Amino acid sequence: MQRVGGIVKKSGPNGKDETDRLVSRRIGSAIIRSMSLPIVRICLVLLALCASNLFLGGILLAEEPTPGDTNAVPTLKTLQEDRNTLILDPESPPARTIAEVFYLVLGIVVAIFLLVFVPLVWMLFRFRMRKEDEGIEPPQIYGSNPIELAWTVGPAIIVFVLFLVTARSIFEIEAAVPPADAVHVRVIGHQWWWEYEYPEYGFITANELHAPLAKDGSPRPVYLDLESADVIHSFWLPQLSGKTDVIPGRVNHLWFAAEKPGWYKGQCAEYCGTQHAHMWLRVKSESDEDFSAWVKNEQRDASVDPSVVEGRTLFMKNACANCHTIRGTTAKGKFAPDLTHLMSRKTIASGILPNTRNYLLQWVRNPQTLKQGCNMPDMKLTQNEVKKVVDFLLTLQ
Amino acid sequence: MATIDSLPQPDLYATPTLTTRLHGWVASVDHKQIGIMYLIMSLFFMILGGLEAFLIRAQLWAPNNELIGPETFNQLFTMHGTTMIFFVLMPMLSGFANFLVPLMIGARDVAFPRLNALGFWLSFFGGCLLYFTYLGAQGLYGAANAPDIGWFAYAPLTSPAYSRGNATDYWILGTMLTGAGTIAFGVNLLATIFTMRAPGMLLTKMPLFVYIFMMDAVLIIIAFPPLTAAQVMLLLDRYAGAHFFDPQNGGSAVLWQHLFWFFGHPEVYILALPAFAITSEVIPVFARKVIFGYASMAAATTAIAFISLGVWAHHMFTVGLSDVVDTIFAASTFLIAIPTGIKIFNWTATLYGGRIRLKTPMLFVLGFLSMFLIGGLTGIMLAVVPFDWQVSDSYFLIAHFHYVLFGGSLFSLIAGFYYWYPKMTGRLMSERIGVLQFIFTFVGFNLLFFPMHISGLLGMPRRIYTYTEPGWVLWNQLSTIGAAVMGIGFLFFFYNLIRSLRHGEIAGDDPWDAWTLEWTTPSPPPTYNFEQIPTVRSRRPLWDLKHPDDPDWKHE
Repeated sequence: MQRVGGIVKKSGPNGKDETDRLVSRRIGSAIIRSMSLPIVRICLVLLALCASNLFLGGILLAEEPTPGDTNAVPTLKTLQEDRNTLILDPESPPARTIAEVFYLVLGIVVAIFLLVFVPLVWMLFRFRMRKEDEGIEPPQIYGSNPIELAWTVGPAIIVFVLFLVTARSIFEIEAAVPPADAVHVRVIGHQWWWEYEYPEYGFITANELHAPLAKDGSPRPVYLDLESADVIHSFWLPQLSGKTDVIPGRVNHLWFAAEKPGWYKGQCAEYCGTQHAHMWLRVKSESDEDFSAWVKNEQRDASVDPSVVEGRTLFMKNACANCHTIRGTTAKGKFAPDLTHLMSRKTIASGILPNTRNYLLQWVRNPQTLKQGCNMPDMKLTQNEVKKVVDFLLTLQ
Repeated sequence: MATIDSLPQPDLYATPTLTTRLHGWVASVDHKQIGIMYLIMSLFFMILGGLEAFLIRAQLWAPNNELIGPETFNQLFTMHGTTMIFFVLMPMLSGFANFLVPLMIGARDVAFPRLNALGFWLSFFGGCLLYFTYLGAQGLYGAANAPDIGWFAYAPLTSPAYSRGNATDYWILGTMLTGAGTIAFGVNLLATIFTMRAPGMLLTKMPLFVYIFMMDAVLIIIAFPPLTAAQVMLLLDRYAGAHFFDPQNGGSAVLWQHLFWFFGHPEVYILALPAFAITSEVIPVFARKVIFGYASMAAATTAIAFISLGVWAHHMFTVGLSDVVDTIFAASTFLIAIPTGIKIFNWTATLYGGRIRLKTPMLFVLGFLSMFLIGGLTGIMLAVVPFDWQVSDSYFLIAHFHYVLFGGSLFSLIAGFYYWYPKMTGRLMSERIGVLQFIFTFVGFNLLFFPMHISGLLGMPRRIYTYTEPGWVLWNQLSTIGAAVMGIGFLFFFYNLIRSLRHGEIAGDDPWDAWTLEWTTPSPPPTYNFEQIPTVRSRRPLWDLKHPDDPDWKHE
């Protein structure tokens, strides 16, 4: 072994015995001393600049443009009626099971955290090296079989309990058998919107899913078959259920039973391309009568209004009809949302914009200004044509 | 690079010109120079990946922000993830292993020095190729100039139909090259550890650092080839009309996920084990105690390495695999918590009764310990499958894996920089700036990532370029402020690294009063490392030398 002589050196590397000071004192004095360093000053100025920029930027960018102003990018709206997306505020059995499991597991991990962290911090103070200890090595403890066995077995028992909880809740959620009054919906994910088919009622709609309560107001479960037309998406309504991926070439299943009427919100949870952020989901849970009325309306073919025949012709003549379906007309495209009862929906563009005349005008003029990268191109219609097409769309009640 | 040359040159030689010095580095097959080049590479890409992260945080500062458009945002998070995993953490651990393993086992170099150089240059040019995408991948449609497929590149988003142009190809080829380099590194490391240990150093007498890196090399050799295979399949899909991942033609989108995560989960442990390795060296030296329970630490490492090969589908709980499969993978995931727990308890037990010196390496290791603890515990929560159904792909998950990979791995690797910088350069890094860096990084880190747990519980999915939900605003703004604070911490880090090259205190051979063989060599070590190959009797050869009255080998 070589060069042993220079090694056995007990003081700190810089010769100063700094090691015996308290953490707080060292940190405090380090901050004060470092204020004189140019780099620190530069950093502080940079921090201030960043913070103020971010703050101002946030305010300016968050400002709402007027909806009537067609040049401005409209602000996307979370609708007043939307419920929250907090997973700990469940309104459906699967989400409730998960929230309960969450609190249990959170309790366990917080206990473990405190059990490890508190002694750790205590040791840092208790076993700091003191000046009189310099050069004296503490007793060397090489291990202890009983202790090590204890903290192998202890965690093993904890994770075994967690495993039982997990297995039970998986089967509790997944083993649910559809009751006779369950509603079945086929969900098809598209780049960047949702298609819903109600096979029992024989119609297709988009982006807003309607789910009924039973006649007595009790929840009526909805069973979903999840399919994808292109890439992988994920169906996630935090208040109702956990997410399930929507995968091409595969049919996945998900169920929920909303317990309160209202609009439940969620969004696609698996990155699916450019507009992944704007692939929102809404479920309207409503009374049995409202649901029946809605179904009845959806089952009709599109209404024919002679006053908008010009817009209708434009729609059929242009490429619109290649992608959109309007039942009862020659428009039978499958690539884009079914527009048969467009005006029965509250929103357009997969839930991100209110379904009003202003937004429809801007959408038809150039969807790329509202949802950059979406698959509907700028149709290059004139101002007048846009108005006529929108007037036609407004009749699709 | 001035690290070695800043020291007085022997009079025998005239001062070398810049070209000579550069040539000395580029043509080097010396494990120490290659190690340092790995570290410099990782720091370089850390700047790029960090700037990308900062842009992401700036965009998410306010709801409906249009600072960055959707396409750019998607490219940013893809590049950020890919960069940090493949071009920051991987080369950083390779750098430390390259520099230190031969020194710690008393060898003069690695087993295959030329393969070592090849591995480094493959990794480095892989990174360059990935970033060349910004210049070279304009693509036929100009659709994108950087990959926007996410770092795990789920099929079929990577198929030509959804991913036009060449950006995705740059991603595939760049990561494939660096993967080949990493495999070369793994093979080399394993061969070095198996064949070149000093006389007396049995496999059971190696420092834990070396033992853990041995398991890391095993994992690399097992996990990287499946990734390369999957990438070749993807290239065949894209250019040769194959249909491995194309569901329209009988392929399977889920197949890619299995193949990717069969690499991807061991990869997480490939990145975490080096953190354990560094911690297992730093804690004993700064607590002045031998590691508590060497055998159980080694056994836990081995268990982690092998269990980590059987947990990959916990990334796929939302895919709709059967309940039984979900349950089995939940079980294996819980299982891995046991050896990880043993490690944390043993480190804590090492602190107990010690004389703790709170120098910067120790501060960062303690930061690692507490942050990794949080990341590990949220990991246990995520293994509870139904809870995973809720928060998978939400910000809760982002918080979890940043606590593991950043608060865990990177904190420990930074501790490695502070600890071994004197050995690499002959000078100590500044304690004062180091403490400042620690405060800013630690506070910034928690401010950045802790709120993400909450935004995740509030239902915020990952990878969305903008949001409207008013309840998410506060948590995102806290995160962005945290990013700025942490950015300052990293400015201190880079300043300290550069400043200390010339102005740091002269370190001497053994500044920390440590116990492993690298501290017997001069700082920086000469090309041949050891004048005489040392003979070893215990896991702490320098302890034996310093305490001939009570040597370790009597107790092992």
